[in-house]
Order: sequence, then C-alpha cells, then structure tokens
Amino acid sequence: MSISRRIIAVTAFLILVFAVIPILIAVSGRKDFYYTLSSVALLSMASAGVWLTFHIGRINIGQGAYALMGGYVSAILVMSYGVSFWWTLPLAGLFCALASILIGLPILRLRGVYFAMVTLVLTEVARLLALALPVTQGAKGITSIPVEVFGLTLVPDFTMMENPRIAFYYLSVALMTACFALMHRLVNSRIGHICMSLQQNEELASSIGINIAQIRVIAYAISSFLGGLAGAVFVAATQSVYPSSFTVADSINFMLNCFLGGLGYVFGPMLGTLVLYFGWNLLFETGRFQLLIYSALMIALMLVLPNGLLSLGTLRKER
Amino acid sequence: MTFLLEAKGMTKRFGGLVAVNNVSFGVGAKEILSVIGPNGAGKSTLFKLISSFLRPTAGEVLFRGERISDLAPHIAARKGVVRTFQETTVFRNMSVRDNVIIAHHLRSKASLLGYFFATRQAKEDEAAFGRSADEILGFLGLESIAGETARNLPHGHLRGLGIAIGLATDPAVLLLDEPFAGMNHDETMKAVAMVRKLRERGLTILLVEHDMQAVMKISDRIVVLNFGQKIAEGTPSEIQRNDKVIEAYLGIEDEAIGL
Ligand SMILES: Nc1ncnc2c1ncn2[C@@H]1O[C@H](COP(=O)(O)OP(=O)(O)OP(=O)(O)O)[C@@H](O)[C@H]1O
Ligand SMILES: [Mg+2]
Repeated sequence: MSISRRIIAVTAFLILVFAVIPILIAVSGRKDFYYTLSSVALLSMASAGVWLTFHIGRINIGQGAYALMGGYVSAILVMSYGVSFWWTLPLAGLFCALASILIGLPILRLRGVYFAMVTLVLTEVARLLALALPVTQGAKGITSIPVEVFGLTLVPDFTMMENPRIAFYYLSVALMTACFALMHRLVNSRIGHICMSLQQNEELASSIGINIAQIRVIAYAISSFLGGLAGAVFVAATQSVYPSSFTVADSINFMLNCFLGGLGYVFGPMLGTLVLYFGWNLLFETGRFQLLIYSALMIALMLVLPNGLLSLGTLRKER
Repeated sequence: MTFLLEAKGMTKRFGGLVAVNNVSFGVGAKEILSVIGPNGAGKSTLFKLISSFLRPTAGEVLFRGERISDLAPHIAARKGVVRTFQETTVFRNMSVRDNVIIAHHLRSKASLLGYFFATRQAKEDEAAFGRSADEILGFLGLESIAGETARNLPHGHLRGLGIAIGLATDPAVLLLDEPFAGMNHDETMKAVAMVRKLRERGLTILLVEHDMQAVMKISDRIVVLNFGQKIAEGTPSEIQRNDKVIEAYLGIEDEAIGL
C-alpha cells in the first residue's frame, strides 16, 4: 500500500470508530452497542496477543489466564490499595508480562500440540487459583469496583461524563487502535521478520545466530501484556471480576478470532473478533441450535478460507 | 601447525548407540576438510556437535583455542562457526532475498527496540543487509530468483539458498552437510568451483559429502568415519590408497561412491 493510501485508510478508520459509530448509536438509540463494541475492542486486543504467539509458531490457548490475571491485578490494586484505575492498566499489563516470562521460560520450549495443551491448562489453573487464593476472594469475586477513583485529571473523569459506557467505549477503541498500530509496526519491522523465521524453522533461526529463547519470551510477554491490559479494562467496565470472568472458552475464542481473521494478517484478530462476537450473538435467535450452527459455520469457513477472512482480498488480487 | 578449529575426543551416545566415538581432528585456516563415511557413520552428528547443536557426551571443540562445546547454537554462530543442514532447510514462506537478509542477524548493530523505532542505525543496517544479500546472491548466481518464494524453488536452488544463508552470517568456519546431494554432474562441478571461491574469500570449510569425485577434487584433507570412529585421515590421494578405507568403505559400496 502506498503511503497516501495508508494515511487515507487510517483516517477513515479513526473517523469511523471515534465519530461515525457514536453518531450512529446516538441516532439509533441503541446504547447497548457501546458495551458490545467496547467488548469487541478489548477482546480483539487480547486476540492480537494470541496472534503474536502464532507469529512465532506457537498455538496459544492460554490468553484467558492473563486476561483474568490482569483483571484481578487491577481490581485488587483499586480496591485494596486505592491505586488509580489509570495506573492499574499498565501495572496489570506489566504484571502479566512478568508472570508470562516466568511461565514462558520453561513452556516455550514445547512446540505444537504440547505447547497448546499446556496453555489450555494454564487458563484452568488461573481460574482455580482465583478460587483458592485469599486476595481474589474466591467464588464471590471482587464486585462493586468503584468507578470514581480516577485521580488523574489529564484524562476524562468517568463520573463526570453522563454515561460511563461511552467513556469506556472511547477508552477501549483508543487502546485497540494503539495496540494494532504498535503490532503493525512490530510485524513490519525486522523484529516481525525474526518472529517469522522462528515460526518457519527454529533450528535454522538459531543456526544464523538468532537467540530463539529470547525472542520467544519477548513475543509471549508482549502477548500476555495485551491480555492483561484488556482484562483490566474489561473488569473496570463491568465493575466486577470473578474466577469465571475468563475461562477456557474465552481462551479458545481468542484463538479462533485469529484463525477466522487470518493468521497471515496483523489486523486479522480485529476482524475475527468482530465477526465472531456478532455472529455468536446473531445466532442467539436459533436457541438450542446456536452452538451447532456456530460450529458448523466455523468448520465450513476454515475449509473454504483456510487463511482467514482477510485472505478474500488477496484471493481476488491473485486471480 | 596450529588449528583454527579442533575436535578433541568427540563422543556422542544416543542411548546404547555410540554415534560418534572418540573422534579427534583439526582444521587449519582456509582449509577445505571433508568428512566421509557410509550412511549412519556419524558424520551429521559430528557436525551438530561442532556447531553446538548437540552436546557431546565426552570431548570438546576448540575454536581459536577457546572451548565452544556446551554453548547455545546461536552463540557458536556468533563466534563464527556456522552449519548448513543436510535436509534442504530454508525459511520456506519467505522470498529468497528475505531469507538471506534475515540471516544477516549477527551483523545487526541496532537493538531490537532500534528496529521497532526505525532508528538511523536500524535503517543503515537494513540497507547494508540488502546490499550484502544482493552481493551474496550474485556471487552464488542466484540473483535471478531473488524474488521467488523459497518453497517454490527446485532442489538445486534450495541447496544454493542454504549456502547463501550460511554465508550471510559471515562465518569463519562453514560446515556444509551434503551440499551437492541431488545435483547432477554439471551442477556439482559448478558448486565445487563455488566452494573453492568461498575459500578464496577466507572461509574455512568443513564438508560432509557422498559424491566421491567431488570430494577428491575439492578437499585438502579428508577424515573418514565408520561406525562413529575415525578410521583414516589424509590427503585425497592418501585416502584413495588407504587399505582400511578401501576395506571398510570404498571396497564395499563401489557404485555408491562412484569410483
Ligand atoms: N537424535 C538422535 N537420536 C538417536 N539416534 C540418532 C540421532 N541422530 C542420529 N542418530 C543415529 O546416529 C547414527 C549416526 O547418524 P548420522 O546422522 O550422524 O549419520 P550420517 O553419517 O550423517 O549418515 P548419512 O550419510 O545417512 O547422513 C545413526 O545410526 C543414527 O540413527
Ligand atoms: Mg548425515
């Protein structure tokens, strides 16, 4: 894409999410869409992290663990230590990144289905820990997280706005935009190429002097940072966190979002999350057939478009 | 003679199997040394030991007098000992040029963060890697396929690309595991000339190869392995006359070795 076309695309995207969508919502009166779209934005950030681990050749079905961890870190910091919500966002991300380094060092040696299985278990371990640890307050979770502890004046005070949902919408899409901008830069820089070399052949990568253990841990830490950050905002938006806030099903969805959008495209997780989230909700009408139809559609899509929805664009170009 | 690289008492066990058994030899700077032996003799294992892809059960490798066994492979590569793979191993979903560019990793001066923020140093690096990649591809006669995706290449070009990747790391010692496998006579002769040119560039080359004609033509010295043990070492003409070699290897597999 040429530079000018890229500027047009970015501008169009910004106008769409920051102006057009809020106007449409105001006109249609469907205020619930603020919550829905904030969720999509946050979930797509967590999925972007999963996508990055795919990029180094690892199937990550454990992002739910970090989303849950980030959520609890933020909730506990706000409730028990009176830390400003704004500070808890980076802190939750960093906490998850550090935890993922400790966890990643041993498990990132595993490949393929072995790594996938361990990460799947990780989500369940996180849930059980949240049930068992005293700080997380067990099954009843942490609730009524106040929205009024925002001390920083640089950023809008949520309570001052007529509808905190709108504030969370702007916060979520702003974070999502930043996240995907950084991901885009990362993937198109030499770091992205190094990640790709790991995905394609780790032995060859180390034979040309790449410290594969280091790159794997860095990618996984960035991934977990995004998961923790998304979890923290999500918890603030819902003002509560429970051990079941993020479960194995969520971890699987993060992965499916990447598949659906396309593993070869950095914006794949964003589109995948949007389509999957709305697709699932639309299928709600079908009642008890919801899961059946959903699964059949997913399988069909993977057969028809193994490289994801975004491959539709390149397919047309190749013809 | 002082050696650039020296293997001392190298031994590798896989369970009950002794794949490499107490093998010692040295390579001088700018030498071309071939390791030959029947299938399963332990040649590839020996190369993996030298390039630190495997840890020796016993013995050690000295490079410029310093022990490099037990290092991680990327550290051995950083010191200048780089291997290519017996199987055609390339980054399959990258273009040929990108394969060679990424292999310049060890020449990076910018940090990872520098690449993220596209600092001046990072831009300089990338420009230099591009130029060097073009130079290497030209040197190997691969410039016409620079834009192709690696997975679409024919076998001969894949071998060439494997060597290009090795060269991009700017090694002192390059270990080539069966670089001529799957090539016809003409291609092999071209590749032999190319390996000679590598030596003229100042590289020291260790070579595993089954094509005896090529080995005899190209090597300064030859080490012969059989069942993991070194049974002979010498110049090509010495090896061709060596009774042990003829008995253990040359005599049995007449056709396979093309003599
Ligand atoms: N990772 C491993 N685990 C167990 N056994 C191994 C391993 N790698 C090699 N071997 C065994 O060690 C012996 C030597 O193998 P190696 O690959 O070094 O032989 P080679 O001389 O390179 O043979 P070829 O000419 O067929 O490439 C073989 O018997 C092989 O089966
Ligand atoms: Mg071999």
